[in-house]
Amino acid sequence: MHSFGYRANALLTFAVTALAFICAIASFSDKFSNQNPSAEIQILNINRFKKQSHGNDEVSLTLDIAADLQSLFTWNTKQIFVFVAAEYETPKNSLNQVSLWDAIIPVKENAKFRIQISNKYRFIDQGHNLRGKEFNLTLHWHVMPKTGKMFADKIVMSGYSLPDAYR
Amino acid sequence: MSVKNVRSDPSSVKLGFTRFEMDWQGQKLVEQLMQILLVISGVVAVVVGYATESFRTMMLIYAGGVVLTTLITVPNWPFYNLHHLKWLDPSEAEKHPKPQVVVASSKKKFSKK
Repeated sequence: MHSFGYRANALLTFAVTALAFICAIASFSDKFSNQNPSAEIQILNINRFKKQSHGNDEVSLTLDIAADLQSLFTWNTKQIFVFVAAEYETPKNSLNQVSLWDAIIPVKENAKFRIQISNKYRFIDQGHNLRGKEFNLTLHWHVMPKTGKMFADKIVMSGYSLPDAYR
Repeated sequence: MSVKNVRSDPSSVKLGFTRFEMDWQGQKLVEQLMQILLVISGVVAVVVGYATESFRTMMLIYAGGVVLTTLITVPNWPFYNLHHLKWLDPSEAEKHPKPQVVVASSKKKFSKK
């Protein structure tokens, strides 16, 4: 600590180490937050349901998505990525996931929302298994903290089904 | 000749310490001050940031603490140099010569006998 350079170096080292501790504490404090997210999705209309010329089923539908993810926001949350996926089983694949809609929620105020929207991304099956198919709509979210580990969770809503015939 | 004089002149050593280097007590004080100030600013930042639920506030408080600590501990302030090393006059060394190593030589004499 005898010279200017040594003191500056020691200060920088100690300050950055302490900063790492502060970030670790901030990340750790997230574990004590109460999380009770809720979501509800309704299918308002099947707009289109057809077999494409090369044989894959395609569905267009209008969704009513209502969710309250405000409890996921803590002081250490940067943003939340949320998406709705249709999940179903086919003889070939035990789990098919098709993303229908997504959004990035940057602030807590926007985390409670309700929108009515037709699917943002096309709902296409790899094949033609969708007639009369029972499927789940799952709301997935990825919480991106300012410091610490990113984590993901989901709410599965079941009991949706597609019509028995193309239209 | 002149170079030799400057090196052994106690006043020039003292001048060197005040200009460029802290004395020993100052170095101990500056290290403790640095650690204490940074830890305090970190604790305050976390507590206030958590209480106000603002990560930004926490970072600003800590950054302020680091800047303050830098201003206090990095420059060589005069109050770190209150305990100058008091060098003995060269004549003192002549009055008290280094103890000679006598054991080895006496042993040699012993073995020769």
